[in-house]
Amino acid sequence: MRTSEELLKIRDLHTGFRIGDAYFDAVDGVSLTLRENEILAIVGESGCGKSTLATSIIGLHDHNKTRVQGEILYKDKNLAKMTEDDFNDIRGLEIGMIFQDPLSALNPLMRIGEQIEEGLIYHTDFNKEKRQARVLELLNQVGIPNPERVARQFPHQLSGGMRQRVIIAIAISCKPKIIIADEPTTALDVTIQAQILDLLIDLQKETGAGIILITHDLGVVAEVADRVAVMYAGQIIELASVEELFANPKHPYTRSLFNSIPQMNSENEKLNVIEGIVPSLMKLPRHGCRFAPRISWVPESAHETEPQLHEISEGHFVRCSCHEHFYFKGEKEDKHHELYANQ
Amino acid sequence: MWKTIVRRFLIMIPQLFVLSLIIFIMAQFMPGDPFTGAITPETDPARIEELREKNGLNDPWYQQYGRWVGNAFQGEFGMSYTFKRDAGSLIGERAVNTFWLSLASVIILYVLAIPLGVLAGRYHNSLLDRAIILYSFVSYAIPTFILALLFLFFFGYTLGWFPTSGSVDIKYDPGTFGYIMNKIYHILLPATTYAILGTTTVIQYLRSEIIDAKGQDYVRTARSKGIPMRKVYSRHIFRNSLLPIAAFIGFTITGLLGGSIFIETIFGYPGMGQLFISSILSRDYSVITALVMLYGFLALLGSLLSDIIMSIVDPRIRIE
Repeated sequence: MRTSEELLKIRDLHTGFRIGDAYFDAVDGVSLTLRENEILAIVGESGCGKSTLATSIIGLHDHNKTRVQGEILYKDKNLAKMTEDDFNDIRGLEIGMIFQDPLSALNPLMRIGEQIEEGLIYHTDFNKEKRQARVLELLNQVGIPNPERVARQFPHQLSGGMRQRVIIAIAISCKPKIIIADEPTTALDVTIQAQILDLLIDLQKETGAGIILITHDLGVVAEVADRVAVMYAGQIIELASVEELFANPKHPYTRSLFNSIPQMNSENEKLNVIEGIVPSLMKLPRHGCRFAPRISWVPESAHETEPQLHEISEGHFVRCSCHEHFYFKGEKEDKHHELYANQ
Repeated sequence: MWKTIVRRFLIMIPQLFVLSLIIFIMAQFMPGDPFTGAITPETDPARIEELREKNGLNDPWYQQYGRWVGNAFQGEFGMSYTFKRDAGSLIGERAVNTFWLSLASVIILYVLAIPLGVLAGRYHNSLLDRAIILYSFVSYAIPTFILALLFLFFFGYTLGWFPTSGSVDIKYDPGTFGYIMNKIYHILLPATTYAILGTTTVIQYLRSEIIDAKGQDYVRTARSKGIPMRKVYSRHIFRNSLLPIAAFIGFTITGLLGGSIFIETIFGYPGMGQLFISSILSRDYSVITALVMLYGFLALLGSLLSDIIMSIVDPRIRIE
């Protein structure tokens, strides 16, 4: 693993949205570290808080409706406490962001070149010619053919994959140390997805930046990530290197995720699904194991009352003790047996 | 683009032809004729019949229509029966007055409405936003003639700041500086009244567009570049929010050129709106048909103008 310096340290981060008069934490006590030269994937179902985590890091949440508590330490500065104005010195320059939907993430009325150049105006002292040269260099770097022409075009004249390359060019324009990619391939065709992922890996190697990759696609994780954090209902429930996680998933949620990937060679025609849904923000249980309601066949005594992350092997963390007693519904009989045999 | 514009003008010809036919037939169905109002107990019915015959009013409608179209092609829209003048030159004179009034109205309208709409959208849900919304609802709810009469009464009569009728004082010679200033002086009050009544739509549109644009993905992208919020507004949010306003600016301009019947009548301003209502009341066919034709042409021109403006401000729209 290409580990080195710690770039970003998140300590006990709580990001809550105001609903009525109360705040409800969508990110509930997350601690994470991003190192240089590393691609850290954050996976989870929709609504588990992964995008909220990303917007908290770069301060793009709505400040009137959101409360960020805890620490996001970058170069000894706590980003969680930063004002909107101060954040402008970090955004774009130190942290770049790549968005999910390239079709709507570009201003339809502005030329591609202008949109890439915008960040350079505020974060560099380049003059007009130098900025334009940099724009062409960036377009080239993200693999866009004929950069001179594309720079003068408008977003609607480009395909989805090209637009995502432009977004990536914007994100890396000022050579940020950290790149946050929020589902960068979700809106793209499968063939284009692979190209964009390859591009991300190449850029990461060239620049040495740390990348936080947010996705719900385990295939993407397997392809690019170095470490994986699995999130459920606002918490990290498992954290491990990608090899370790795929070889030895522990938490019932992680195992259920793997189990629900359709198998081509399986004779079982039924798709394995996880029972129930991610609880809504307001109804989220704040105590006990949050995944317990979705594995109701596992006895209550298997869960911790206040589940903690346990390091079960080096660099592999799992929340709650329920993984030791977990079995899939179909294997109930055997597992039940096993449980009693051990006692 | 020029090709398209020429083609659009060519398409207008059949459209205007159909319009002229409808107008002419409708005008024929109107009860009475220019001489109805002139009848007094002393008038000899034979004399009236003679006048009708002489003016061709007893001919079948298609003969009258053919005559009218033939003349219209030579720029002759017939004589106004009430003004005893050529309808074309009469309308031309009124159109100049209406043009200046419209221009002033449009300028005041956008100067008032754009900042208010932008402020309301940017600080939405604030006290300022609510005050602007309240203003726009009040101005929307007031009927034109009430506001016009109130303004006329307070600013024209009670305070005496503005003239209460006409388009220019008789003492000035046309073309002099005093003449132009006096014209502007006469325009201000009716133009402001008209502008205030038009602000609602623009404010509401702009406000909701800005609120909408604030949540768009491209605004989030712009913020992620770390550029100051005021630049995010001026370069991204504001430009995108102006699109719907640009979409109907063509109609606004040509609509105003038609003149406002209420405003011009109440302020005694000799424009096209006033001419239109008075010619209807006196069954002045030649003026009515010429005016309605002009309005039809302006509406078609408005849609073309809007399309051209849209294609300039929005790169996604190209008129081919």
